[in-house]
Amino acid sequence: MDLTIVVLIQVLYAVASLVIISSGLAVIFGMMKVINLAHGEFMMLGAYAVIVSIRFGINLWVAMFIIAPVAVGLVGVVLERLVIRRLYGRMVDTMLATWGLSLLLIGVVTSIAGNTTAGVSAPLGSFTIGAYSVSSYTLVIIGVAVALGLAIRLVLLRTQLGLIARGTMQKPDMANALGISPSVVYSVTFAVGASLSGLAGGLLAPLTGVVPTMGGAFVAKAFITVIGGGPAILAGLVSASTLFGAINQVATFLTTPVLGEVALLGAAIVMLRLLPQGITGRFFKGTL
Amino acid sequence: MNRFAQSWVSAALVLAIGIALMFGLPGVMDEYTLMQGTIYAIMAILGVSLGFIWGFGGILCFGQAAFFGLGSYTYAVAVVNMGDSTVPFMLAIAVPALFASILGYLIFFGRLSDVYMGVITLTVTLILFNLINSTAGPEWKIGNAPLGGFNGIPGIPTLNFPGQVDKALSPGDLFYLTMSCLLVTYLGLRCLISSKIGRVIIAVKENEQRILLLGYDARLYKLFSFTLGGAIAGLAGCLFANWGAFTSPTIFSLAQSAQIIIWVIVGGLGTFVGPVVGCVAIQWLTTQIGTQQTFNSNLVLGAILVVFVLLVPRGVVPSLGLVLEWIWNKLKTKAMAENAACPQPLLPEVKFTAPSQTPSTANAISITKEQAA
Repeated sequence: MDLTIVVLIQVLYAVASLVIISSGLAVIFGMMKVINLAHGEFMMLGAYAVIVSIRFGINLWVAMFIIAPVAVGLVGVVLERLVIRRLYGRMVDTMLATWGLSLLLIGVVTSIAGNTTAGVSAPLGSFTIGAYSVSSYTLVIIGVAVALGLAIRLVLLRTQLGLIARGTMQKPDMANALGISPSVVYSVTFAVGASLSGLAGGLLAPLTGVVPTMGGAFVAKAFITVIGGGPAILAGLVSASTLFGAINQVATFLTTPVLGEVALLGAAIVMLRLLPQGITGRFFKGTL
Repeated sequence: MNRFAQSWVSAALVLAIGIALMFGLPGVMDEYTLMQGTIYAIMAILGVSLGFIWGFGGILCFGQAAFFGLGSYTYAVAVVNMGDSTVPFMLAIAVPALFASILGYLIFFGRLSDVYMGVITLTVTLILFNLINSTAGPEWKIGNAPLGGFNGIPGIPTLNFPGQVDKALSPGDLFYLTMSCLLVTYLGLRCLISSKIGRVIIAVKENEQRILLLGYDARLYKLFSFTLGGAIAGLAGCLFANWGAFTSPTIFSLAQSAQIIIWVIVGGLGTFVGPVVGCVAIQWLTTQIGTQQTFNSNLVLGAILVVFVLLVPRGVVPSLGLVLEWIWNKLKTKAMAENAACPQPLLPEVKFTAPSQTPSTANAISITKEQAA
């Protein structure tokens, strides 16, 4: 019984972390059809933002929930203005340019911080279920994932901003004719996506070692989740995260963490062969 | 309109330069520098493999390093088990080709678009990297060959002359072998793209819909070029395992894949010389960066990639090619003008128009639809 609960929590945690890792990408790819290969490096910047803030004595939670997203969002605005803006509609070129950006960011951070692992310890300690000890931070991650999902849904469906954003993505020239500047909307959307990536990086900083090259570990998972999810941003994100997170955690439980990741990526490739449009290309059509 | 880049003159010119380098360099270089030359040539083969499937097949593979690494691991494992290197050499080409064909089947027959293609190949590379990286323990071995995990496989026996196990290749021999592999690959691919199959491959890249309507199965042609690219990358991997007698999981890494793409995009899409030039230039640059501390090599490579995508999407060689082409056409027009001195009305005026707009990189190709037609 205790074991079942612990495994259940672990599976939920795997799903939640996939949601957190992929949400920034889902917004940028889902709304703007920009493949952002620098996503992992945005997360890395978020993690470093937390590390640096803590060195300056700022509270961990403030660093994670405010400083990391804001800092990375600003970086996102600058990069969108300088690079991404010139490549809208050219998907392959965007992919290459953002890969270049990712190398560039790794290079910059390595030059500044050095190629060493920094880290913060996970806050909150742990609690026990029967004979098993579970880190309380796991529950925070699960909670944040739920909150993120709800927030994305609320903002996109219930606010003026979300309406403008969705309208601009569907028909930029019509939005323009109605007095909305698409370029500003693109900028803001990209910044929101980037800050979500920053938040993800900040949240994961206590769980993984923070190195300049840490982004590589996340980018493939995030992509597979977003693409596996298909056209609907939120439904796709949640359904794909659930599927892949569960596969990952069960395989990890049965074998090793490495084979768990392999199972995740392998399952994703097989799934794309069966459902080339992603999960929401076939099911939950018309949802958000 | 005959274009310089497609003419046999350019192929002969490239071959002549290649052969001159192949027999000239060992005379002027000491052994250490010659080994540097060998690694440049090995990487050039790898660059050409991506240059072919991307520039001619229109398939952007982010995981060409996977086939490269697979080739090198196949050779290493097979040669440790077998002793004689003839069969391992062939296996190192066959296994990546087989792997590419399976992967290609999943992708092309699932009709996934190029963006998904990029992500899947990237993912596969990561899977291989993670897998090989985690095989450090003594329980991970194939036959007599321990896989070594992140430590890699050291002390791989060098290729020997076929059938004579004791006669291993010297570094000089390896240079000749690598250069001839490069030249044979170049010539073979040049022949391929001027054949009917090659024309269909290019046509698929230009307009898949149209080629489907003309009754060709585009998926098969894509699968063919992807498999061929995998085989060539495997060959490069095999040579790489020979070069340092060592292979490790880092050759599966994303950085390696990124490098290959940067070579091709810097050199230029749609040529075979481009990837070679890009490869040599970037490799040289990376080595230079390694000797100083101010700039990190990732930083410079990333900046180069961004700048080229934004500003020189055609790459260096096609841009130079345009200049050569202009001269070539000028000469031809002149010759024709002399021929046409006797009055020949209704002769269409030959004029050369340089493509004025810069198309997206995927389409930035000097070979356009007139060849496909």
